[in-house]
Amino acid sequence: MELRKDYFADVRKDGLNEIGQPRPRLDSPGHVTGKTAYFADRNFPGMLHLKMVRSPHHHARVRSIDTSEAEKHPGVVRVLTAKDVPHNVYTILILIQVGPEDETVLADGKVRWKGEAVVAVLAETERAAQEAAAKVKVDYEVLPAVFDMEEALKPGAPLVNEYHGQNYYLYDSGECRKVRFGDVEAGFAQADHILEQSYQSSPIEHAPTETTGCVVAPEGNDRFTCYTNTQAMFFTLDNASIILQMPGSKLHFVGGTVGGGFGGKVDVIVEPIAILGAKLTGRPVSFVYSREEEMQISSPRAAEKIVIKDGVMKDGRIVARKVTGYTDAGAYSRHSPYGAQKGAAHYPGPYTIPNVWIDTYCVYTNRTPSSAMRGFGVTISDFALEVQMDKLARLIGMDPLEFRFINAYRDGDMKAHRQPTEGAALIECMQEASRAANWPVAEKYMAMSSYRKGA
Amino acid sequence: MAKVPVQFTLNGSEKAEFIESGTTLLHALRDKIGDTSPKGGCHQGTCGACSVIIDGELRLSCLTLAETCNGADIKTTAGLAEGGVLHPLQRAFLDAFATQCGFCTPGMIMAAKVLLDRTPNPSRDDVVEALSGNICRCTGYEPIIQAVLVAARANSQNAA
Ligand code: FES
Ligand code: FES
Repeated sequence: MELRKDYFADVRKDGLNEIGQPRPRLDSPGHVTGKTAYFADRNFPGMLHLKMVRSPHHHARVRSIDTSEAEKHPGVVRVLTAKDVPHNVYTILILIQVGPEDETVLADGKVRWKGEAVVAVLAETERAAQEAAAKVKVDYEVLPAVFDMEEALKPGAPLVNEYHGQNYYLYDSGECRKVRFGDVEAGFAQADHILEQSYQSSPIEHAPTETTGCVVAPEGNDRFTCYTNTQAMFFTLDNASIILQMPGSKLHFVGGTVGGGFGGKVDVIVEPIAILGAKLTGRPVSFVYSREEEMQISSPRAAEKIVIKDGVMKDGRIVARKVTGYTDAGAYSRHSPYGAQKGAAHYPGPYTIPNVWIDTYCVYTNRTPSSAMRGFGVTISDFALEVQMDKLARLIGMDPLEFRFINAYRDGDMKAHRQPTEGAALIECMQEASRAANWPVAEKYMAMSSYRKGA
Repeated sequence: MAKVPVQFTLNGSEKAEFIESGTTLLHALRDKIGDTSPKGGCHQGTCGACSVIIDGELRLSCLTLAETCNGADIKTTAGLAEGGVLHPLQRAFLDAFATQCGFCTPGMIMAAKVLLDRTPNPSRDDVVEALSGNICRCTGYEPIIQAVLVAARANSQNAA
């Protein structure tokens, strides 16, 4: 590894013990010998297998559920419905006071997306659980559904989620997250050119090599050990505690080994119902997504729509930016209100723009609930912003990298969120990128620095 | 379901089990015998995480019925290190940072072993071809390819 010590030579600290030193990963010896224990590598005598009956409809009222045939199926030990779940309506971020609770563990009266969990079947073998799940009869009254964010926001659109009362998340700042800085209309009036573009993305599935799941073993004394591949151990422990109405001291979570996640294993979906199954049957329970479920049921990265309007001067300075962002949460919040909010913070980009106006909406539709994935809320924003930057540069006939030098944050610049910039290094990164990519820029940009004495 | 007797050698030791007809070798190894080094990623023959070596051939244990393995010689990653000494492939995967979550690693190592057993001095293309049935979602393929090439060099030095 090469460390460029010529940057910030007068302010850098060199007495570092870890940075720049190679360190072996602690878990690699287990990986190469096949000894690393993933959750599914735990097997317990008498372990039951859990399979979900899932909604075949995007939006429907559940008129009735008949589990009698499934219960008679050989090997079936227990069938669970909404009434078995102590606190059936939950939301993951309630732990950090982001409400309302808007999602059911098992559907109660209504399904809001195709694939939603309705009934859980516990049986001696995976196959028996699968066969019995097919025998559960659910009577649905299909309701009109909405799949497009703009349609969902129109008056008279089908209401996706009654717990919200409208098809968008209500922030304390109102129907969207807002950033207001300077006077954006005055900025546009002064600009030499204005460019407005919209950008759209589809949902993206994480596809971890190990599918989502957990194995739960009763310890006796009404205490349960849950081996899980969650990426969010304490969210999972605390949400399980709320959903099951059990003190956390009764729940023992073992995790830390995740066979790929990328954010897809941050939601709390499999653990509470598997623990409930173990509690009600007194037996170990395994709940593992099949590959088909992983692709269809697990929350993807949200689809987004972003409209960016920029005002730019002939000399390359961006003088105004107006952005409206839409995040498709699907039927339930999960982490999406947070994702949409991150977008609001991100749309100025790493650029100094004197006039900024941003609105970001978290919208509910009858699609698979979306949630965390690697930089969710900012990854698609960055794609849109940087494509927009290239287009702006082309519009004024400027080199795209030089255009970014002109607008880059430097120490002391005021950001749109009214935080002065400190410790910036974008100029230096771009200088290195210019060398590495063999994309030369004018000497004056190579002489620039993010660091300003006294800033 | 009828139970059938199955006998095979696993990493040099004799195994004899009664298993339900229709059980995959992956399930038999993991749930009956307790060798969890082969992983189940897709259970449909597309990810390679369950790869094992049967009579010298690379096989997907999720698509192999255990009852067809009577008398077979089966090798898994769990049996690769000898006397506590890592196999050159294991050493190279460690050193080249070729494991991230590690879920694909046992399957990758099995695929690489079959390659090196047959082609001790593979080209980069040979390695890419040999690993083409194994999916990794985290590490990125380049360190894995490098690890296999490094292991091949270590092997040929040992032989020399
Ligand atoms: S589990 Fe066998 S190929 Fe994926
Ligand atoms: S290291 Fe995670 S799948 Fe390869």
